[in-house]
Amino acid sequence: MNEPKPSASQLSCAKCKQELVPGKVAVSYLGNTFPVELLKCPNCGLVFVSEDLATGKMLQVEQALEDK
Amino acid sequence: MDGQRVRAWEAQCIQEQLPACTATCPVHVDVRSLADSVRRGDFASGFAVLARTVAFPGIISRICDHPCEPACKLRDIGDVLSIRALEQACTEYAYTPLAPAQLPAREKRVAVVGGGLSGLTAAAELAMKGYAVVVFEAKGRLLDRLFKLDEKILPRSLILADLALLTKLGIEIRTRTWVSSGQCHALTEDFDAVYLGPGPEPLDAGMGIALRPNGFIAIDPLTFATSHTKVFAGGTHRYGSDSFSPITSLQDGKYAAASIDRFLQGASLTASRENQGAFVSRLFVSTHGLAASWLVHAASPGGYTKEEAVREAERCLPCNCLECVKVCEYLAHYKSYPKRYVREIYNNDCIVLGNHPSNRLVNSCSLCGLCAAVCPEDLNMGEVCLAARESMVSKRKMPPSAHDFALRDMASSRSEAFLLARHQPGFATSQAVFFPGCQLSASSPDHVARVYEYLRAKIPGGIGLVLGCCGAPAHWSGEKKLFEDVLKSLREELVRMGNPRMITACSSCYRMFKDYLSDVSVESLWTQLDHEAIKPDRPADFVRSLAVHDPCTTRNEESIQGSVRNLLKKSGADVIELNERGLTTCCGYGGLMQFVNAEVADKVVNRRIHQSDADYVTYCAMCRDNFARRGKRTLHILDVLFQDNSDDPATRPDPGFSARQENRARLKRKLLHEVWREPVPDEEQKLKLNISPEVLARLEKRMILMDDVRKVIAHAEATGKKIWNPQTGRLIASHRPAAVTYWVEYTIQQEEFVVHNAYSHRMEVSG
Repeated sequence: MNEPKPSASQLSCAKCKQELVPGKVAVSYLGNTFPVELLKCPNCGLVFVSEDLATGKMLQVEQALEDK
Repeated sequence: MDGQRVRAWEAQCIQEQLPACTATCPVHVDVRSLADSVRRGDFASGFAVLARTVAFPGIISRICDHPCEPACKLRDIGDVLSIRALEQACTEYAYTPLAPAQLPAREKRVAVVGGGLSGLTAAAELAMKGYAVVVFEAKGRLLDRLFKLDEKILPRSLILADLALLTKLGIEIRTRTWVSSGQCHALTEDFDAVYLGPGPEPLDAGMGIALRPNGFIAIDPLTFATSHTKVFAGGTHRYGSDSFSPITSLQDGKYAAASIDRFLQGASLTASRENQGAFVSRLFVSTHGLAASWLVHAASPGGYTKEEAVREAERCLPCNCLECVKVCEYLAHYKSYPKRYVREIYNNDCIVLGNHPSNRLVNSCSLCGLCAAVCPEDLNMGEVCLAARESMVSKRKMPPSAHDFALRDMASSRSEAFLLARHQPGFATSQAVFFPGCQLSASSPDHVARVYEYLRAKIPGGIGLVLGCCGAPAHWSGEKKLFEDVLKSLREELVRMGNPRMITACSSCYRMFKDYLSDVSVESLWTQLDHEAIKPDRPADFVRSLAVHDPCTTRNEESIQGSVRNLLKKSGADVIELNERGLTTCCGYGGLMQFVNAEVADKVVNRRIHQSDADYVTYCAMCRDNFARRGKRTLHILDVLFQDNSDDPATRPDPGFSARQENRARLKRKLLHEVWREPVPDEEQKLKLNISPEVLARLEKRMILMDDVRKVIAHAEATGKKIWNPQTGRLIASHRPAAVTYWVEYTIQQEEFVVHNAYSHRMEVSG
């Protein structure tokens, strides 16, 4: 469920004032964990989940896991 | 789920019962498929349908005595379908010599005495099963009786074409071979089994087979067995000659052959033969509202042209029950019918590991009971779905997202923000308590206050008030334990108040109490108001036509429905009925349908609101708000009885779930303050949100509450954990108070937070 990677995210961490960059994170649901690459703050690790991802791929995976 | 109960549900659905024509046909020709093929102009597949069941399709298509036709349901609206003529058209335009699949040859040999239709059918059926068959015929040719028929009725070429099958199957034919009574006994020595189709004459004793006093063989009507274990018999000899019935002769041969096969394989002759031969189908078929349908006459005496046959076939209904599917968008949505749904749901329930493909099917039903109301056999899919939900919950297989939002809304109704139980001020006991229900309190809290004031004035002896929850969402979601908890705390509260009678304004509460709190006396507010001879405080000019929508949870409560209509009439309204009493629909909230499957809920509501152009009136707050949200002018009956002069109440918007929770809390504070004169602490200061109606509607659809949004912003502002998007100039932040992560895009304008968007996911993200 990787995001299309923006060349420069332009999103930045409001606290650390650093631009978010693609990085490895784990998403988990109902005991299943998947490694994915999402934009995150290189300093504090704050992760961004876009609307497209949340209402698209993530929702699909959630529903598939719920029906397991 | 209980397997036995599942089988009983399955058996209740009659959709898979044969249509009357096929059930009445002694060999069950699939007339529905045949007519469908002809309708499509596909005579070849129509012929194949006939040939699948009938060994001599050319002959039968011409001379069948068609007992199917008088059974045709078209008789209710005109002429029955000319099934035999359609078969003839199939033969005429697509006759193909049969090439039946033949099982590998077996050792055993069968003698068939008599080359009539029954004997030859038995011979063909047995040869197809791999037996070696010899036919003995006294006359010089097979089917002698049929060759004597008028060529116009049955062309000889057609008989010969049908008979070619026997050669193909390798059947040995011995014509001009008279089998005497004595020789018959010898046949039982030479062959493993014998079929006798001796024709309509009585026989001499001395065959070693029991005869009836009239000289005819005693034949078992189910198995076609005789007193001799190896000998079976049928045809005109069994049923008499004065009424030669080609299809009955064919039936005898077919079923006798089945018995011979069973006998030779050592199987039971009688097991599983319930639907053999003509029977009365349980299939219910409504012809209500259909236009009259008259026979297509053939211009030529030789039979239908292709075009005529197609037009005749188009008259086939075809027979289906589907009464429930016709009235229910949910059942129609999944494109099948209850018998299959029940099986799918049971299979889904039995899966231990792997996908549960029918979870959504189970959770999308509104449990409204309309299916049972229209079902000739009273099958209630709501019972099936509820049992499946309870099973899923008990196995921890219920998808967490299915009912989470509705159950959290229920939890808010059970929180201190709303719960209240008081005797009327100045009374130490309650003669009755008013239980408005959580959704009326959420939708129009002012009405609750007005009604309570009215009841206090009308009912002597003190009327208490209970704000709380009836547990319907817990019940509907299959959470049995939670539902029991809700009822238990409610019962305790009522005991504490001295077991007063309950007057409820909500149909769902009424249903829950009636069905699950049988020790509590419960009455509907509407019957109460009707008895109190309420004088509506409405403007004098209030006269209009209103179409009544009965909530599904009081579908069969005739006295409540009657009182509602009385009250409306007393208010000067002309009452329009949307349907026969008892056949109301759900508004999408029932069974929590709208939370699980918004698409189906939309279909249900759209169908309902387009039934009449008149303004609707209902007595369930959820029905009203669900209709209003889709732009249907709808009143709550309290809008009629206690109308303010101010706004047009039919256009009052659906408050949405955020405002619902706030309205409930506000109602409690208002009543405590105004009725009980209790000091109420100031309302807690909440973050001020600025949110456009479009964004609000999107959030409502996404089941995101304003309070969820506030929590995200408060968390972001307190921790500084937020993301800056320089392109949009907005902040983006997230927070996960429990099982859902909420994201909010916002900007800060002076004292307000402008909310541009919000979305959520259930997956947990960790850096």
